[in-house]
Amino acid sequence: MTLNKKEEISRKQVESNPSAIVCSGVRKYFQEVRAVDGVDLEVRKGECFGLLGPNGAGKTTLVEIIEGLTKPDAGSVEILGYFWGTGNDHAIRERIAVQLQETQLADKLTVEETIRLFRSFFSRGHSVEEVIILGDLEEKRRERVHKLSGGTKQRLALACALVSDPEILFLDEPTTGLDPQARAKVWDAIEGFKLRGGTVVLTTHYMEEAARLCERVAIMDHGRFFAIGTPAELVASLGARDIIEFNVHGNLEADILKDLPGVKAVERKNEGYILKVLSLDVSLPALLSAVEQHQAKIGHLLTRQATLEDVFMSMAGGSLSDER
Amino acid sequence: MKDKVMHPLVELTIARIKESVREPEMLFWVFVFPILLAVALGIAFRESSADTFRIAVEESTGSKGVMKLLLPSEDIEPVMLTSEEAEEQLRKGKIDLIIGIDQIYNVRQEGDALTALVFTYDETRSNSMAARMTGQDAIERGLGRKDIVSIRDNRVETPGSRYIDFLIPGLIGMNLMGSGMWGVGFALVLARTRKLLKRLAATPMRRSHYFLGFMLSRMLFLIPEVAILVVLGRIIFNVRVSGSALDLVIVSILGSMTFAGLGMLVAARSRTIEGASGWMNFIMMPMYILSGCFFSYERFPEFSFPFIRALPLTALNDALRAVINDGRPLYAIWLELSVMSVWLILSVVVSLKIFRWQ
Ligand SMILES: Nc1ncnc2c1ncn2[C@@H]1O[C@H](COP(=O)(O)OP(=O)(O)O)[C@@H](O)[C@H]1O
Ligand SMILES: [Mg+2]
Repeated sequence: MTLNKKEEISRKQVESNPSAIVCSGVRKYFQEVRAVDGVDLEVRKGECFGLLGPNGAGKTTLVEIIEGLTKPDAGSVEILGYFWGTGNDHAIRERIAVQLQETQLADKLTVEETIRLFRSFFSRGHSVEEVIILGDLEEKRRERVHKLSGGTKQRLALACALVSDPEILFLDEPTTGLDPQARAKVWDAIEGFKLRGGTVVLTTHYMEEAARLCERVAIMDHGRFFAIGTPAELVASLGARDIIEFNVHGNLEADILKDLPGVKAVERKNEGYILKVLSLDVSLPALLSAVEQHQAKIGHLLTRQATLEDVFMSMAGGSLSDER
Repeated sequence: MKDKVMHPLVELTIARIKESVREPEMLFWVFVFPILLAVALGIAFRESSADTFRIAVEESTGSKGVMKLLLPSEDIEPVMLTSEEAEEQLRKGKIDLIIGIDQIYNVRQEGDALTALVFTYDETRSNSMAARMTGQDAIERGLGRKDIVSIRDNRVETPGSRYIDFLIPGLIGMNLMGSGMWGVGFALVLARTRKLLKRLAATPMRRSHYFLGFMLSRMLFLIPEVAILVVLGRIIFNVRVSGSALDLVIVSILGSMTFAGLGMLVAARSRTIEGASGWMNFIMMPMYILSGCFFSYERFPEFSFPFIRALPLTALNDALRAVINDGRPLYAIWLELSVMSVWLILSVVVSLKIFRWQ
């Protein structure tokens, strides 16, 4: 079979295959550190897939393996129907775009010059002008990179990734360390890319980000996936829609709380409890009467909807925002 | 507006040049510093042959007579000093020679005005040696020596053999080494520590284009770098390029590429700026001293010549001097050109092999 024919067949496979990325059994250890410890993953074309996990979970390592920047110790990665290192690397790179965590672009070049340079590496894509607009960088086009704010730098990094009008966009913690306004601008740019039909793989340790942008999310820690699903599915898997948090003065045993109607789980927290409940209407009145009955006092009562953070806590133990 | 994005190699080269030009420190080291050095050294080591010799006559009986004998000579500037003063000034290099009257001998000759002199000087100083000859000559002439042959002095200045003629090519070589190694090596390590290399590796950019971009930008940059020293040498010190300008360009390009290659090699694996700087200095320092930038390496023991000549900077300096001072054609310096080519090929091949993109 000639190479061209092979290519044609694999391209046909791609077209009939709705998966943009298929990983199976991907593993990468750094000495004793199990950075990625056996991950299976499928990302569909056109979806935004989120990797949610705390620092050190292995998100960057996994994403860089998929991007072909790091060789896995074991497992296979199929991307757009190709495998890395089989003579198609250049073709893959033409069609994907990567924003790395913590890349610092050349300080002395301007925004426009940087975009131009990146554009020159790709055989097709947007014009420099279009990319400047996509990144909302019109006002900063002649500014040198080292003078840009964190948020603008991040949008420039995103713009450099968008120059080729890629099919898959990889974003590694695109909004970490940004203020809410800057974060919202980056989200806008990502949503624009999604609207044009692009596939996104995004890592984050902000659950709001995952919940807002991603169709599906994998919760990751210690190199493994704890759960994969839509944000709604994952929250539903808790079996509880609402959370009640409060402090207690006096005697109120966990056993009593556990038996209250609608309560799925009880966790101690500092001087009080966190209750995961099916519905507030049922559990909150029951809680209050139990408090009265046991002559305890509660304070700092707070109710909220369950989030991905709660899913993460119940599965991995610990918090997403923990620095380690 | 020109919005046409050009070939990646062109864009990489342009970006590299813009980055270099926007680095004020770089401009200082490449353009200002060599000029300052040339001017400072050019003045400090101005040939003093045209100057007069300063000869001190020690104060004592008979010293007036000696002064009288020295005065007619155009080349001598005599002063009368006490022996302490004279010794101090000799030590400080303010005078070249002390003429003392040998008192002990003199007494035995019963006060005869002048029979024996003591010449005190530092024989490692070439000026002192010349002052000794001139002083003796003036005294003997004054006392009525008859010349056996008549010698007429025909004093000419021969450009091409002065210290500044030696210095300018050495400074060009040194400059090409510094800017080649720092310009390429530093930029590569910086790009690695900032994860820019990894980011570029994630694009379809041809890796060869990235390195060629560095080489091309160096090639363009070298024109003003070399020109500034050549032009300045011509204007201020009348240093002529006796060979062809094209040969000078070719030698400079090869030298510059060689050091860009070495810079690449140093930067091929370093993960920190400090580590790379250490290696750069480790490689460049010995060459500053051994390769004949400021003084000829022929002052080192002869057995070391083959090693010194195998150094890339020695080859570049020798080739530059051959073209600038001696006006020799390229085929006459094939050995130097080969030495540089070998270094260039070796360093590029090895660094491509071991280069770390992350
Ligand atoms: N190049 C490396 N060498 C050694 N350990 C590494 C390397 N890269 C990552 N690690 C380790 O692997 C684990 C996962 O890191 P990373 O993938 O960066 O996590 P995340 O992106 O989720 O914060 C961490 O414990 C980290 O220290
Ligand atoms: Mg990370």
